[in-house]
Amino acid sequence: MMATYQALWDALIGPFAEFAFMRRALVASLALSLSAAPLGVFLTLRRMSLLGDALSHAVLPGVAVGFMLFGLSLTAMAIGGVVAGLLVAGLAGLISRSTQLKEDASLAAMYLAALALGVALISRQGSQLDLLHILFGSALGVDAPGLLLVASVTSISLLALAAGYRGLVLETFDPIFLAATGGRGWLWQQGFLVLVVLNLVAGFQTLGTLMAVGLMMLPAVSARLWHDTLSAQLINASAQAMLASLAGLLLSYHFDTPSGPTIIGCAGALYLISLMFSPGGWLPQTLKRPHLVG
Amino acid sequence: MVTVDNLTVSYRQHPALHHISGTFARGSLTAVIGPNGSGKSTLLKSIMGLLRPAGGRVTVDAPRERMAYLAQLTEIDRSFPLSVMGCVLLGCWSEVGAWGRISTALRQRVDTAISRVGLAGFEQRTVGSLSSGQLQRVLFARLMVQDADLILLDEPFNAMDSRTTAALLALIHQWHAEVRTVVAVLHDDEQVRAHFPQTVLLARELVAWGDTAEVLTPAHLHRARMLAEAWDDNADICHTDEATPALSASRTRQAERVSQP
Repeated sequence: MMATYQALWDALIGPFAEFAFMRRALVASLALSLSAAPLGVFLTLRRMSLLGDALSHAVLPGVAVGFMLFGLSLTAMAIGGVVAGLLVAGLAGLISRSTQLKEDASLAAMYLAALALGVALISRQGSQLDLLHILFGSALGVDAPGLLLVASVTSISLLALAAGYRGLVLETFDPIFLAATGGRGWLWQQGFLVLVVLNLVAGFQTLGTLMAVGLMMLPAVSARLWHDTLSAQLINASAQAMLASLAGLLLSYHFDTPSGPTIIGCAGALYLISLMFSPGGWLPQTLKRPHLVG
Repeated sequence: MVTVDNLTVSYRQHPALHHISGTFARGSLTAVIGPNGSGKSTLLKSIMGLLRPAGGRVTVDAPRERMAYLAQLTEIDRSFPLSVMGCVLLGCWSEVGAWGRISTALRQRVDTAISRVGLAGFEQRTVGSLSSGQLQRVLFARLMVQDADLILLDEPFNAMDSRTTAALLALIHQWHAEVRTVVAVLHDDEQVRAHFPQTVLLARELVAWGDTAEVLTPAHLHRARMLAEAWDDNADICHTDEATPALSASRTRQAERVSQP
């Protein structure tokens, strides 16, 4: 009995009790889960599931410029990333409003150019190791300023989501109705994209620019399989992201794997489970259940 | 209520509406009909200010929050996880905006609207689980909540069975009795004759605008069919609004083209 308890402690609690860097990584990824996953649900509802991916690439040249000027300084890279992400999102929105290109097409064009620029800049200036660090992050290297960044972004995002919930739902569900009542749809859209960019940048130290999208999208896509109502989907997405963060950190500690990809891998495993067993998934669709009278 | 003054709206320079003028009187009930691609939806969107005219103007004698617009049903994302109640509540948007409180009176109006369209008991169902007819009734309930003076409906009875159509027509008559101005894009001539006192017949050009009996004549309908099918990739630039010299120049050029073998 005592031995089992001890084993459980060592496996689940010990790493966090013992190491401050594990605790910081845990807090950072749990906070990210709270805000990024609900944003992901809205992205899937807007049929922009791949937008997060595009924006995470778009952040890169800004991070690179910050890195070139100030080295591996979190503040510089984060500010650079936010500026680059907002620039790309804003320009893409402007292009789609003033030309015939749709939003996704103009964004695809912008982010590909931005990604190429970013990789070129980083490779010229730093080593291969730096590039890997930026692309895939290091949750175990989260320091106090990093934690502050994540916490601020999470707080801002949650408050903004709560305040803008009604407008965001309306703009997502029925943009024509919003336009017909004189509402400025692009304002909601751009505000939403600002939140997405902020969360991607907050995630880049913990998970890396590429992996940050995983925590945003994977739980969101899984959550949509479980529930019919938006509020339930939002909560479920956050919960799945938190579970993936916890499991991922523990696995990466015990098996010595990189933390970012392990966390996203766990989110992927949860997605697989959702695909199989959720009400909208494979098993309930195949099981022959008696139909109701009405 | 709505004055359309020499309105031209074009997509890639080709006019979808060409020099349209007319007036929707306050409290009038008007059908907009015409062949496919004749500019009916374009007219409604222009009145709502959703499209920028290439020429002319539309003047609406009502503030924005007193106007309501029902787009074609296909424009709605039905997979969205929203309840019937939530969808109808969105009708309060122009009154309460993003942050205002929904008062008891508004709640009451929402409940009344939902039961008026016969969907009491459906409040918690998601819009995705409804049939097209039920969803259209939800959207009509949302229109009722908007309490608008000017109501524009784009093909409201498409894919509706006769029972739903009858129920929705009854609502439209009620709005008419309440002296709201209603404009509906329709396809069924018989329905228009039976229920709509005024008619606009479009075929990109305005064919006729007035009392339904005078508009829906065989001659007008024939003319509408002929006009709607004319689309010329090499069309000349239209100079109707310009001074006489330009007009005559264009005439001459047209004459030259015609005279070539």
